[in-house]
Amino acid sequence: MPTPLLDRRLLFVTGKGGVGKTTVTAGLALLAAQQGRSTLVCEVDAKGTLAAALECGPLAFTPRPTQPGLMAMAMNTEDSLKEYLSLQLRLPLLARIGPLARTFDFVADAAPGVKEILTVGKLCYEVRERHYDLVVVDAASTGHIVGQLSAPTAINSLVQVGMVRDQTRWMLDILDDPASTGVLVVTSPEEMPVNETIELVTRLRAETKVDVAGVVVNRVLPELFGRGEEAVFDRLRAEGPLAALVDAVGPGVGQVLDAASLAVDLRRTRAEHLERLRAELPADLPLSFVPELFGRQVGLRSTMQVAQALGEELL
Amino acid sequence: MSPARREASTSGSSTEQVVASATTLSAGRIGTIDQLLSAKEIAITCGSGGVGKTTTAAALAVMAAVHHGGRVLVLTVDPAKRLANALGLAAFGNDETEVPLAALAAGAGIRPKGKLVAAMLDTKQSWDDLVRLHAPDATTAQRILANPLYDNITGRFVQSHDYIAMERLYELHSSGRYDLVVVDTPPSRNALDFLDAPARMAEFFGSRLLRWLTMPYRSRLVTFASKPFTQVADRILGSQFLGDIAEFFTLLQSMESGFVTRANEVGRILADRRTTFVVVSTLEASPAHEAAFLIDELGRRSLHLGALVLNKVLPSTLLDPAAQRAAAALDERAEILAAELAPLAGADPAQVGRVLVELARSFHDLRLAAGREAEQRLELGAIPEVTVSVPYLAGDVHDLNGLLAIGSRLWQ
Repeated sequence: MPTPLLDRRLLFVTGKGGVGKTTVTAGLALLAAQQGRSTLVCEVDAKGTLAAALECGPLAFTPRPTQPGLMAMAMNTEDSLKEYLSLQLRLPLLARIGPLARTFDFVADAAPGVKEILTVGKLCYEVRERHYDLVVVDAASTGHIVGQLSAPTAINSLVQVGMVRDQTRWMLDILDDPASTGVLVVTSPEEMPVNETIELVTRLRAETKVDVAGVVVNRVLPELFGRGEEAVFDRLRAEGPLAALVDAVGPGVGQVLDAASLAVDLRRTRAEHLERLRAELPADLPLSFVPELFGRQVGLRSTMQVAQALGEELL
Repeated sequence: MSPARREASTSGSSTEQVVASATTLSAGRIGTIDQLLSAKEIAITCGSGGVGKTTTAAALAVMAAVHHGGRVLVLTVDPAKRLANALGLAAFGNDETEVPLAALAAGAGIRPKGKLVAAMLDTKQSWDDLVRLHAPDATTAQRILANPLYDNITGRFVQSHDYIAMERLYELHSSGRYDLVVVDTPPSRNALDFLDAPARMAEFFGSRLLRWLTMPYRSRLVTFASKPFTQVADRILGSQFLGDIAEFFTLLQSMESGFVTRANEVGRILADRRTTFVVVSTLEASPAHEAAFLIDELGRRSLHLGALVLNKVLPSTLLDPAAQRAAAALDERAEILAAELAPLAGADPAQVGRVLVELARSFHDLRLAAGREAEQRLELGAIPEVTVSVPYLAGDVHDLNGLLAIGSRLWQ
């Protein structure tokens, strides 16, 4: 029996650009906080969208309170390095050595996995120190998540000795334990997001030991017509009924019917992609669904609606 | 009528097109994407992920090949499988493959004027080729290719895709084999990364840090300035890893002049007057925000913003007050209307009533979304002169006819 999602300690949320990864991350973190878990949510690619989803002002490396029980931060690898150095090497002055920071920044750009390890390391550190019940991460998108999660393993094989190698060991203990850590893949029922999700789940299982905890399908359209109703809809569009409708409610009804027809087509296409997703993902992988929120921009209201939808699916 | 057939019957001959577009020209300004592409040699689609950049690039290339003639190349980064199949790109690789436009001719009665060639971006292979090109000798090339850091750097880093996409673009354009090269940009954390990639590459080779890194490891130990770093780095990373890094960068440095010259040329081609940028977005908040930023940034860098393409746009008729009134009436009077309509439609009144209520609800949902999109469009602010909307298409594009249908929307 896999550990329930919110009972884990560290959740990485990934997904293709444009599927609503950040909103789902924020919703999940909010749900955990509402369930009484002390929660930290962290944005890895500092784009500011997490702050928008929580409506809490700009986020920094030092976590700030947003909602009751929910702290939020933005990852910054330079700050992560400074914190690491001051904690591990007990060199408090180091933070002031500008050239060192710049040098490291350069090495971090060029040497593989350094930025990733500083990111994953900070998150694992929060888990190890038990500062929170749960850490939810708005992680790298599908193209880069494998690199991010496999960085400790990669560093382990590249670096034969030294402190980093020692450090990667305890990180791996946290990351590789399915009771502690899970990856959640957010997708939407469209062609490319579904393709990428199927590929990503395969890759995550093959190339990392991190447990794939589930897939969240965002933007699921409501079923428009029940059994037999679509046939009725078609018949209403025939000449006789249509003329009667125009008489009764005005010529604008044509556009209402067109809109319904668009909605039916969209729903059908998305249902096909959803079927493909189900068929090609491992059968034991839980799927959760979040409905399309038609009128909502990114913001606290839609984050709360997502949290509610996730609550109905997960609890 | 199939989309392609509709396209064929509306677009007419190219002479008609030229005449028609000439009349819309004001003071020599470019009024349509059709004109834009006929005037440019490189078109780069950019925007945030999931907005349809790849499909837009492919549709533009198909249209240019069909209507303008000549040899058109589309360089795609990560096409959906069926789109790749439609373009004849079955396997990954840098090979340039001719797209069988004859299939269009047979299906839709269109006579393509030119040839379309498609290529996919293979980052790894492109890097290997570059190393072989710039390395002073075959042995050095081999040593670089075999270095464990090389694999990691070229394979893993987002920036490496950005640079390679621009590098391939340069190579294909300067080969002189194509009249137009349409290129899709890789998904990146920041939509601007690809613009900065050539300069960053040149900067990287010219930096003091690279020289510092490539100093023999031992002599570095005694350099006073570098002492704190070396000590710390040694404790953190271990000397063997630092040694690997130093060796790798020493090898890389042997390619400096070749790489820097090339990166500068690649940078120049982006600013060339024959190059244009097509910003692609949807009217959702975060892609639109990214598009607005990109538009500003292109302006700031004096790069040519050719057009803005808005994809998946909901029909504006959703905002029609008459439609809204009709929907409200359907909802309020569902029961009465159902009794009246049921015999006409030959259906159960209760069922008709439910359908009418659903129609109203569905309209309401989509109208909310359309209203949000209209707001978003206003927020885009200073949008370029050539702005095209492509409607929300229910199906995905997976064949040439589909690309042509989208292309004909873009052409208007």
